Amino acid sequence: MLNQKQAVLLERPAKTNDVLPSAPVKIQDTDTKTVGQVTVDKPIMTTRNVDVYYDDKQAIRNVSIDIAYNEVLSMIGPSGCGKSTFLRCLNRMNDTIESARVTGSIELEGHDIYDKKTDVVTLRARVGMVFQKPNPFPKSVYENVAYGPRIHGLARNQSELDEIVETSLRRAGLWDEVKDRLREPGTGLSGGQQQRLCIARCIAVNPDVILMDEPCSALDPIATARIEELIDELRQNYSIVIVTHSMQQAARVSQRTAYFHLGDLIEVGETSIIFTNPQHKLTEDYLTGRFG
Amino acid sequence: MTPTTADKIQAGLKKRYAAERRFRGYGLVSVTIGLAALLLLFVSIIGNGYSAFQQTFVKLDVQFDEAVIDPKGTRDPQSLARADYGQLIKKTMRELFPEVKNRRDKRKLYKLVSPGAVFILQDMVRKDPELIGTSQTVWVPADDDVDMLIKGYIDRDVPESARRLNDKEIAWIDALAATGSLEKRFNKIFFTAGDSREPELAGIWGAVVGSFYTLVVTLALSFPIGVAAAVYLQEFAPRNRWTDFIEVNINNLAAVPSIVFGLLGLSVFLNFMSLPRSAPLVGGLVLSLMTLPTVIIASRASLQSVPPSIREGALGMGASQMQMVAHHVLPLAMPGMLTGTIIGMARALGESAPLLMIGMVAFIVNVPEGPLDPSTVLPVQIYLWADTPERAFVERTSAATLVLLAFLVIMNGAAVWLRKRFEQRW
Ligand SMILES: Nc1ncnc2c1ncn2[C@@H]1O[C@H](COP(=O)(O)OP(=O)(O)O)[C@@H](O)[C@H]1O
Ligand SMILES: [Mg+2]
Repeated sequence: MLNQKQAVLLERPAKTNDVLPSAPVKIQDTDTKTVGQVTVDKPIMTTRNVDVYYDDKQAIRNVSIDIAYNEVLSMIGPSGCGKSTFLRCLNRMNDTIESARVTGSIELEGHDIYDKKTDVVTLRARVGMVFQKPNPFPKSVYENVAYGPRIHGLARNQSELDEIVETSLRRAGLWDEVKDRLREPGTGLSGGQQQRLCIARCIAVNPDVILMDEPCSALDPIATARIEELIDELRQNYSIVIVTHSMQQAARVSQRTAYFHLGDLIEVGETSIIFTNPQHKLTEDYLTGRFG
Repeated sequence: MTPTTADKIQAGLKKRYAAERRFRGYGLVSVTIGLAALLLLFVSIIGNGYSAFQQTFVKLDVQFDEAVIDPKGTRDPQSLARADYGQLIKKTMRELFPEVKNRRDKRKLYKLVSPGAVFILQDMVRKDPELIGTSQTVWVPADDDVDMLIKGYIDRDVPESARRLNDKEIAWIDALAATGSLEKRFNKIFFTAGDSREPELAGIWGAVVGSFYTLVVTLALSFPIGVAAAVYLQEFAPRNRWTDFIEVNINNLAAVPSIVFGLLGLSVFLNFMSLPRSAPLVGGLVLSLMTLPTVIIASRASLQSVPPSIREGALGMGASQMQMVAHHVLPLAMPGMLTGTIIGMARALGESAPLLMIGMVAFIVNVPEGPLDPSTVLPVQIYLWADTPERAFVERTSAATLVLLAFLVIMNGAAVWLRKRFEQRW
């Protein structure tokens, strides 16, 4: 059963002609200005002037960016520039780090996710996450995918659950490989299969946004290509934010690209434009290999 | 010509290899010493203790004389129980050795049979009153001195005055042995009886049951409390001065000598709360105090070793903190927690000092029937027997030690087995 505050977050406006409950928070002027196309017409998520501190150390400064429906947004930049930190703000995974402090505003379909009324459990069901290192649970393939629907009560009976598991595995392009070994441990799959299992696990609760933190960095080129294809297919149904250290990957999978540099969001724009015609000097330096 | 790098390496190589060989040698010597000590321990314990698993029995042709057992012929169970079965045995012995006339010699003759024989006859009649009036062949335990002579622990060459058995007694025993009336049999009494002043009637069952109740209480308290405390401290508690303080003190408690917990138990459980003395319940409470820090520390270490990626995976799915712990972390940590607990329990099983303080050192004949009955435990039983002068208790001390070791081996085996099983579930 859903309680009231979960219902607020779970209730989704129709994606075609939705009306935002409130206008996004205005971006405040500060000394660091992001160049390029920060806002979009109909964002699913908006972040405004987000700062993150680890104890006293500021990790990201004044990040404002929108995430659109059905887009893949990639985030690139030299390591340590705060990409993961920003990504983890979007589903409040930073709550698990005691020293982390987040200020600014982050909204999911108009609801402030850092609001006291927002339930973090529901938020994370709507904004799923795939991690750098594949981390399937040490349970069977089936149990891995069924876990989310189980804890959120999404299936009324066993056959519904079976169906969710099959659909999710199909969408993750893993069904044919594992349909005969659903009861075998998920940790026994190959690295690429494990990562696709994690994606299946994530989409089994039917999230709106999927966050991916360097999902291919532990995989070989073939497995990487497989995941990139998958990301492109998933865009039909989900918004995806992907952190990657590979510029080629960003160019291949994303529609928009954001470039981070030492905690600042330097430039955001359509991927094709960023890669061919960056506006900011730092972006250009990074893309041409003069930096990082 | 200046020496090349390869030359320099070559020059030092011999020394390096020699150092390595020496190091391996030291290791091998240490391992050998350790194994030899263990072997010595086992050889000496088994060598001393194995004979206690057998006991000499005497064959008696007992005439269940109605005039002695039931002179009124009522077959009333109470009067049957009160009858003087000792007379039957004495009569049998007199008939075996009719030449013994002297009163003092007769008393010595009767003492060749264990005083426990009386209860065996009594029990036979209670179960089957039809036996009255018949003659039966009964094997009853021999006195411990007879047993020791048969097992060769009494030296016939020492002067009579320095021997526990005089020449006449030895002659009777030899006569019995010659007619096949003495036989070494499996010592069931040792495994089924409580303690006794008579070695041939003393057993470890009372202590085993006492240890069992004590450990059940210890496990029932220390496992749930220890695991709950570890989970709270590791997964839920905020990191602040209070939790640091608690953590330091748990580590300190683990290093407190066990006798201190006994003193604590004496003053709190016995003097303040007036719980019964010598009871497994109190023993279990004291041992729980002693075991808790071990369980908490092992459980925390095992929780800590669960990879953070599993936690992140669960939280990233929208699992609550509680679900993350219950569904993922705890099952993964459970083998380690069980191992820690079983090691703690094994320590508790071998512990005697704190139990001495709460009176579990009393001489108790009855096998306890519950955790509130006075009882002793295996290591204390060993301690008690080790303190007695009779030769027959020496072998029983070693035999009881063997039983204790066997339990410890079984517990450790169970720990390994459980750990394997839990790991296979994934
Ligand atoms: N848990 C943490 N505690 C303290 N500092 C952190 C933590 N995680 C990241 N940082 C710091 O924040 C900055 C940004 O890190 P991160 O977001 O991981 O960068 P990226 O993912 O772009 O490589 C780095 O300087 C890093 O040292
Ligand atoms: Mg990172």
